[in-house]
Amino acid sequence: MSNQQWQRVCAETDLFDDAGVCALVDSQGADSQVAIFKVSQNEQQLYAIGNFDPIGKANVLYRGIVGSVANEPVVASPLYKQHFSLTNGKCLQDEDVSVAVYSVRVNDGFIELLA
Amino acid sequence: MSSLVNILVVGNGMVGHHFVEQLIKQQETLDSASKFQVTVLSAEPRMAYDRVHLSEYFSGKTAQDLSLTTKEEYDQWQVDIKTNAKVTNIDRQNNQVTLQTGEVLTYDKLVLATGSYPFVPPIKGNDQPHCLVYRTIEDLEDIQVSANESKTGVVIGGGLLGLEAANALKELGLETHVVEFAPQLMAVQIDQGGGAVLKDKIEALGVKVHTQKATTEIVKSDQARYKLAFSDGTELHTDLILFSAGIRPHDELAKTSALAMGERGGIVINNQCVTSDEDIYAIGECALWNNFIFGLVAPGYQMAKVAASHLLGQTESFTGADMSTKLKLMGVDVGSIGDAHGKTPESQAYTYENQPEGVYKKIVVNKDKTKLLGAVLVGDTSEYDTLLQYMLNGIDLPEAPEGLILPMSDDKPALGADALPDTAIICSCHNVSRGDIVTAVEQGACDVATIKQCTKASTGCGGCAALVKTVTDNELAARGVEVNTDLCEHFAYSRTELYHIVKAEKIKTFEELLTKHGNGLGCEICKPTAGSILASVWNDYVLEKQHLPLQDTNDLFLANMQKDGTYSVVPRIPGGEITPDKLITIGEVAKKYNLYTKITGGQRIDLFGARVDQLPDIWTALIDAGLETGHAYGKSLRTVKSCVGSTWCRYGVQDSVSMALLVENRYKGLRSPHKIKMAVSGCTRECAEAQSKDIGVIATDKGWNLYVCGNGGMKPRHADLFATDIDDVTLIKYIDRILMFYIATADRLQRTSVWLENLEGGLAYLQKVVIDDHLGINDELEQQMEYVVGTYQCEWKTTIENPQALKRFKHYVNSDKSDDNIVFVQEREQIRPARSEEKIPVKTIETI
Ligand SMILES: Cc1cc2nc3c(=O)[nH]c(=O)nc-3n(C[C@H](O)[C@H](O)[C@H](O)COP(=O)(O)OP(=O)(O)OC[C@H]3O[C@@H](n4cnc5c(N)ncnc54)[C@H](O)[C@@H]3O)c2cc1C
Repeated sequence: MSNQQWQRVCAETDLFDDAGVCALVDSQGADSQVAIFKVSQNEQQLYAIGNFDPIGKANVLYRGIVGSVANEPVVASPLYKQHFSLTNGKCLQDEDVSVAVYSVRVNDGFIELLA
Repeated sequence: MSSLVNILVVGNGMVGHHFVEQLIKQQETLDSASKFQVTVLSAEPRMAYDRVHLSEYFSGKTAQDLSLTTKEEYDQWQVDIKTNAKVTNIDRQNNQVTLQTGEVLTYDKLVLATGSYPFVPPIKGNDQPHCLVYRTIEDLEDIQVSANESKTGVVIGGGLLGLEAANALKELGLETHVVEFAPQLMAVQIDQGGGAVLKDKIEALGVKVHTQKATTEIVKSDQARYKLAFSDGTELHTDLILFSAGIRPHDELAKTSALAMGERGGIVINNQCVTSDEDIYAIGECALWNNFIFGLVAPGYQMAKVAASHLLGQTESFTGADMSTKLKLMGVDVGSIGDAHGKTPESQAYTYENQPEGVYKKIVVNKDKTKLLGAVLVGDTSEYDTLLQYMLNGIDLPEAPEGLILPMSDDKPALGADALPDTAIICSCHNVSRGDIVTAVEQGACDVATIKQCTKASTGCGGCAALVKTVTDNELAARGVEVNTDLCEHFAYSRTELYHIVKAEKIKTFEELLTKHGNGLGCEICKPTAGSILASVWNDYVLEKQHLPLQDTNDLFLANMQKDGTYSVVPRIPGGEITPDKLITIGEVAKKYNLYTKITGGQRIDLFGARVDQLPDIWTALIDAGLETGHAYGKSLRTVKSCVGSTWCRYGVQDSVSMALLVENRYKGLRSPHKIKMAVSGCTRECAEAQSKDIGVIATDKGWNLYVCGNGGMKPRHADLFATDIDDVTLIKYIDRILMFYIATADRLQRTSVWLENLEGGLAYLQKVVIDDHLGINDELEQQMEYVVGTYQCEWKTTIENPQALKRFKHYVNSDKSDDNIVFVQEREQIRPARSEEKIPVKTIETI
């Protein structure tokens, strides 16, 4: 936990409304792929989760469709359409599966991830 | 002695086959101890086929399409079948039969299902070449051959089958005549008034009808091949003669073995379908019950069921059958119910006739006008289902029964599905009652397609399709299993409703649609659906800022995502025609980016293994060479397959490639509820396999035949013949309308095949809408298609010219590296994705 730090990944304007991008971050000395989503209609607009789809086994979650299931913001995997919660990373169709969740913020017009 | 009961079935027609099926199925459910060894002997060279739909052989169905079963199925049932095995004698003393080959077989129980044969009247000269009948596939082959060498054809006999045969001759391009001995057509089923209207309508279609003509002789003619001489001194010249003057039971075996027979033929049976010999059953059109031969398949099926149950020791009985029929003869609707002629003592009739429209309707009621006894409908059979249920179930008639057939009478008492008793037979071909459908719904079937599958309802003649749907929907609604057509949790509307909302309110974005009519954020169901609807209606660039979040996996990057997150790329190759230069470009691109290449089933080339960041460069090269996007990623037109047609082929009759190009270039890019595939064949050999496509076009020597709603793939469906011999302009017009009507009314991800199966009124209804403009929407449908065609853009061209859109085509927002989880290995000189054990282990990071 201790040696996590905020990493600047891109400009706020690099994001797309209601869709995702993928950022490469250094997570304790190793490369990690993080999917960042901007949900324009929610009060909290930014979410970040691991980009690796543990079911489809490919780095594709950022390419999924963003939406909601019973008001929980989710992304649907573009491979086999399972929903992953954007707030806690849990797979709604299989409770044994989840992806990492990252803290994300806007700082001075830039997107930063805690990793 | 073994306890194995040895059953011989003579005849593998529709009823003989149904008997075998029933015996196996009933035995399974009864878990019966009795064991049977069943052997079936068929005089025909093939196993059972659908004689009821025999005429479809001329509209493109093959013998295989018509077949009702397979050798494998019989093997699985452990039933022996011998084809070309005509039985010539029964030896009742020794329980033996002899085959034409001389082979002798013994039986414990014998089932005669020998059907009937066409009656050929004893007219001098009736045995010459080109004098034919209409009963078997071989007969139809003969007719086809003869028609090729003929200009004129005459059908002798104006009954139901005669008119069907006349239609076939007309479709085969002959000048067609019908000669009828009686003063009217279809004298068995309809009355004189109906017959007169029918005659007018059929003559208007170009078939000449000659009533009250007795043919005395067929002789050579100098104006045609033959001349028919009539008893009144007149004559008719013709090249081909088709006899359809009724059927006669195949009862020779009964005659020679002295079984009880009717005065005018037919093997006498009792209520259990047992003949005068208790070891012998007779079923179907060879059987005489209560001095009556049933010339329809439904009663035959009932006999088959009863005979099978009797063999299994059950007590079902055959107690007669309803002979009501509804059919379409040369596009003319005809219906006959119960006592159509009003023969019941003291019965009364109501008649409605509209000569200009060619509509005739009559109902026959009992003396005190409380029960319906019969009906005749010509030109409009929309009330058939309701009337039939009144008659079959003895439902009390409304105060003014004439309201049932009067046009536009406001308070037309529509008989709700819940007014029917559970015993009401909905599908008489398969004997499915309302109760059976209710049970199926109880057990979880929740749409018409499932009901059809598990009850077999509406899979025979199909006449009850609309009623099956009504009963199903009604039942679902009644038991609170609300027929929920909501798209998803975000929209309480069906796709069709949303489509109309978008059009009517001129909604241009998902956001607007969601704010006005939905809730939540949307999801992977409603977003792509809305994206597709918006594209069908407004045809904007799909990666426009406001549409981009709506695009499904493949549309989002205009390529097809594969299991490892890479994409495949498919350039459009219209009609499968491609120049060597373009072919070389595709090869060079594939080589440069190390892509796996494969030829697709749709006559084009698929390039696999492209990373998301490579897509723009790949497309730049392809577009520079004059190629376009193939929309392989979209729910839209995929391919129009074609053969080389009359340009190169010795057999081609039209230029199928040019037509395929025209069609593909017209509809490319059209977004629809699901993908659409088409094909154009240059002759009836059908090398492009058009009859398995959503839209199939087959050249004829007069124009094109249009087939609709076929499907290969997961659930194959033979396309339906929609229109024949139409010209280029009409063809395109019809396709425009059909596609736009599909887009307006189909469910999400519903292929045209399923759409049509669920469309109330089916093919006939679609024809009414598209050909007769029944809904008055054709102008609108065409305008909309014009708009979409006029606003076409190659999405990849737009994309590579649009820096904002190109920004998304990289894996990382903050790095130019590519995804290191994408690993390929070599196989057969090309790449393929590495399996997980072949990948260099990726470090997994423990989350704390
Ligand atoms: C063009 C056409 C359209 C029709 N349309 C309709 C319709 O719309 N609705 C409807 O209900 N009915 C319709 N019918 C009638 C329907 O097809 C028959 O009622 C049904 O086929 C009868 O079945 P079956 O098994 O009794 O006779 P078949 O189907 O004739 O089968 C009898 C079989 O037994 C074989 N056989 C005969 N003798 C021997 C022997 N000695 N040894 C071995 N095999 C033998 C025959 O070769 C034949 O294959 C139509 C018929 C035709 C021809």
